[in-house]
Amino acid sequence: MVPVSYYVVLSAIVFTTGLVGVLIRRNIIIILLSIELMLNATNINFVAFSYYLGNVAGQVFVFFALTVAAAEVAVGLAIIIALYRNKASINVDEFQLLKW
Amino acid sequence: MDAVFYKLIPLLPFLAFLLVGLGGHWINSRAHLIAVPAVLGSLLLSILALLEAGGGKNAAIPLYTWMTSGDLTIELGLYVDPLTAAMLVLVTTVSSLVHIYTIGYMRGDKGYARFFAYIALFTFSMLMLVMADNFLQLFVFWEAVGLCSYLLIGHWYERDTARSAATKAFLVNRVGDFGFLLGLLLVLFTFGTLDYRHVFAQAADFAGATINLFAPIGGTWQVSTLTLICVLLFIGAIGKSAQFPLHVWLPDAMEGPTPISALIHAATMVTAGVFMVARLAPLYNLSPVAMDVVAATGALTMLLGASIALSQNDIKRIVAYSTVSQLGYMVMACGLGAYTAGMYHLLTHGAFKALLFLASGSVIIALHHEQDIRRMGGLKDKLPITYWTMVIGSLALAGFPFTSGFFSKDEILVGAWSSGSFGKVLAILGLLTAGLTAFYSFRLVFVAFWGRSRVDPHHAGHIHEPSSTMTLPLLVLALLSIAAGYVGIPQFLTPVFGEGEAHHGSASLVIMSAATVLGLVGIAVAYVFYVRSPGIADRLAAQWRPLHDLSFHKWYVDEMYDRVIVRPTFQLADRMWANIDVGIIDGAVNGVARAIAWWGWFMRLFQSGQTQHYALGMTLGAVLILTAYLLF
Repeated sequence: MVPVSYYVVLSAIVFTTGLVGVLIRRNIIIILLSIELMLNATNINFVAFSYYLGNVAGQVFVFFALTVAAAEVAVGLAIIIALYRNKASINVDEFQLLKW
Repeated sequence: MDAVFYKLIPLLPFLAFLLVGLGGHWINSRAHLIAVPAVLGSLLLSILALLEAGGGKNAAIPLYTWMTSGDLTIELGLYVDPLTAAMLVLVTTVSSLVHIYTIGYMRGDKGYARFFAYIALFTFSMLMLVMADNFLQLFVFWEAVGLCSYLLIGHWYERDTARSAATKAFLVNRVGDFGFLLGLLLVLFTFGTLDYRHVFAQAADFAGATINLFAPIGGTWQVSTLTLICVLLFIGAIGKSAQFPLHVWLPDAMEGPTPISALIHAATMVTAGVFMVARLAPLYNLSPVAMDVVAATGALTMLLGASIALSQNDIKRIVAYSTVSQLGYMVMACGLGAYTAGMYHLLTHGAFKALLFLASGSVIIALHHEQDIRRMGGLKDKLPITYWTMVIGSLALAGFPFTSGFFSKDEILVGAWSSGSFGKVLAILGLLTAGLTAFYSFRLVFVAFWGRSRVDPHHAGHIHEPSSTMTLPLLVLALLSIAAGYVGIPQFLTPVFGEGEAHHGSASLVIMSAATVLGLVGIAVAYVFYVRSPGIADRLAAQWRPLHDLSFHKWYVDEMYDRVIVRPTFQLADRMWANIDVGIIDGAVNGVARAIAWWGWFMRLFQSGQTQHYALGMTLGAVLILTAYLLF
């Protein structure tokens, strides 16, 4: 059996990748994708611990997370379209409206 | 006399003050209808009190206990003996006449009611001062009369000069009052009580007591307690009675309306210092050193005032410096133990000096507020009543035979002559001053009333005597200026001080004739200088330029204060403003604001509006918390 630490390490790598993507990329769509990566990293953790501890609640939680993620992507893409209509760009540097 | 009548003496003017002061808005030009009867009532009761006291019955009336704290009980009370009774009559007489005079003098003034309110308050305070039976009451009303003086000097507060004169009077008096307060505290510390009778009863036991002045800094300087008390209290008198070196406020106080110059700055308040020394005679008698200080100060002031009065040109200032000089006589007399003579002169001076001021006021009104005697002249035919009353006042001031000033001044000089070698020196100074006094008072009369008219032609046509409310007080005071010498004031006062009858030996006869001759010479010289051949005075002044300047510039005392106190104070204030106020206080306030502004600017740097920056912040925070969690 694959030790649980492998899953945890994989999850950490995926999460970090997502996090770095959120922080450094300028394209909003990539940022949205990176957020999905982070969500899925947590999902991996949930499933791994659920299997390892013999508790199904973790896997149930993952379904919820997937559902929420799907809804979130829908809302996110809608926002991106709205932004694009405003500025004809999806570069986050263009959007500094949350200032003062 | 029933106790209630004694209480009414100060109470009547106080009620008048309350009514006129609070209702002044409604009773404006009718204020005298309240104030004058009230003061006349006091006058009547004072005369009754005088008769009572003359019959040997002293009144001691407790009013109420003001405070009780541990062993200390302070009670307010009235004490009337011949000394107080004489002062009561002086104060109420002059006050009544001044009240009446004011009706004419202040007619149409927009502060008419306010003026009456303040002089009524002053009369009340002065009466309480002389009737006090303990030191604290004396002090409280000592301050109250000072306050009234301040308010009244500044009556025409729109004028810069009046305001600064009022401030000057207040500040200079503050110096004296500080000494007075220290003396009062030392009395309390030494005797444990402030009541006159208890203090006087114990005074002899403390005759040898000393106090270490340098105790706080570890030194030893033993000073006789009583001497210290007397000198400190006398510092108060120096301020209030305009003695050198605190005399500078009195001539400036002439900025106030003339009635108060007569009431406060000639007859009553400025004599409070003399009265205080006489009242506390049992203490002063035990301290020869303090007595010498008092006598020397008085003599110096007497000479200084007279020498300055020689060359002044403002009619009121001449009279004011003569007041300074005459107060010097009284203080000197008290300092030599001749309290009766000092008080005698105080009372006669009260009459003739009030007369001189009121007569000056009448001239000033007739000439539409002209005060410079060089722009008067030839007034004696146009203002006969003013002229003759002024002459009587000046004769009394000069000590002309058979006027009141003649008797009282001789009493002082004889008293001085018969008290040791120091007294003899002072008596000779007094004689010299008598000559100067006669000269300057008749210089005033001759220059202002004789000769050619130098009046502004604008007003020359319609110079006339003022209304009867103003001339009546002049006539009454002129009468008193002569009569006060014949009513036996010294005999009346003798029981208080327990002195022997003045020594009518051959020496006294010599002094008396010397004073008379010097007085006549002074008048004659004034006649020659200012009537016979008017050029002499100017030639002499040019010849003796330094002496004339010394007199004209008032011995440079004001300049000295300006240099030593006023300007350094302003410089200090300037520096405090620039460094402490602007630098530290404003600096702190503005510094706080600037620090907050900087912090805001700094924090704004983090508000980039870039979502990713916030996300980075969150991440770093999370990493930090996690690290801390794992490490600790």
